[in-house]
Amino acid sequence: MRSLLGYAQATVNIRHGLCCLVLIFLLQGVCFSQEPPYFVTYSQVLEEPGNLELALRSAVGTPQYGNQFRSATLELEYGATGWWTTEVYLSGQNTANDSTIFTGYRWENRFRPLPREHFINPVLYVEYENLNEADRSLLEVVGNDNQADLRVPNSEARQETERSLETKLILSSNFRGWNVSENFIAEKDLNESGPWEFGYALGASRPLALAASAKECAFCRERFMVGAELYGGLGTTDGFGLKSTSQYAGPTISYDIPKGPTATFGVNFGLTDNSVGTIYRFKLSYEIEQVFRSFKRAQ
Amino acid sequence: MRSQLRRYCALLLLATPVVLWATDQSWKNHVSESDRSRTNPYTSHPDAVAAGARVFADHCAKCHGVDALGNGKRPSLRTPEVQEAKDGELFWLLKNGFLRRGMPSWSSLPEPTRWQVVTYVKSLGLSSEDHSSERKDNRK
Repeated sequence: MRSLLGYAQATVNIRHGLCCLVLIFLLQGVCFSQEPPYFVTYSQVLEEPGNLELALRSAVGTPQYGNQFRSATLELEYGATGWWTTEVYLSGQNTANDSTIFTGYRWENRFRPLPREHFINPVLYVEYENLNEADRSLLEVVGNDNQADLRVPNSEARQETERSLETKLILSSNFRGWNVSENFIAEKDLNESGPWEFGYALGASRPLALAASAKECAFCRERFMVGAELYGGLGTTDGFGLKSTSQYAGPTISYDIPKGPTATFGVNFGLTDNSVGTIYRFKLSYEIEQVFRSFKRAQ
Repeated sequence: MRSQLRRYCALLLLATPVVLWATDQSWKNHVSESDRSRTNPYTSHPDAVAAGARVFADHCAKCHGVDALGNGKRPSLRTPEVQEAKDGELFWLLKNGFLRRGMPSWSSLPEPTRWQVVTYVKSLGLSSEDHSSERKDNRK
């Protein structure tokens, strides 16, 4: 009964969130982002200056001998300048036969140090996380993250809050319509004097058509982007490597809905015994153009 | 003597970004000769203007305005500086952006799409009569 109530509450919350997004979408100008269809990997693409991207993303998976979890993360991404993007994530999750809880927030910043385009473009990423152990958003996998962590009941896992600093070196290239991105992740728990944890994410993607068509069309090929991701942990400073880590790989696809949001779907398959068998991911993102200018106009 | 040297060093450090900023005003100064001389494969393509207009509406109109006349600090694309620029120069600007001045890089758009945008932007400088006669020429 409790889990049913929890699930109903989560559904209502998600419905409210979607209603808010739709309302904002109707009130503001919406445009398409140029982001590749990745869930974990970051590319060199930053938010355009003045634009705000609102995204709702979720991950659904069932750890072995555990209950199914459904995470929901609200993402607010703002292009501060041409070389700096700042972003806030608010995460929550619902676990079957357990409860629905808010798990915490992240605040990230991405910087492009080089002003011109090169064959490989670096982006520096710094993030502060304040998440409890019940977080299931799986926006990155580091250290020896294990599916056993995902079996801990919410009531127990939420007691421990981790405040950590996460840094990434993002390397990304565009050539012949392809985007290839590599992320190297280093994370440090600020509460404890534990080791640095490492991870990686690789992604490749391409639109189905390289040239735009002259006529408006709902399902023309340039509206679709397909890709694949590979990501996982790389151990810690105490034991670097792939041993006892979780690793995932899978395809992704995104679709620019005409005069609407971008929908992205992906399936990640666990490659090691420590990984969850399959994770389904979904993301709906709206980009609101020149958000503060719209507020000024409204005033 | 040492404190004076320190003061000069500090002054130099402070002045360097100002001097760099002052000498880095035009994006055209950064375009290499090989990029400048690139030819637009979509110049005589009959659908390129319409396709470029669609991409422009999706990605560029938010800053430069639906009519490309600019928006606040975002510049108009109908000015002589843009309209007299070579296709290769505009293509370079779309690829690299001008991050310090707020123009993002559009390198994630595929090359053919970027050329279509260049074709559309250059078509804005022509009067409607010129435009229709050019389209007739293309049809021939």
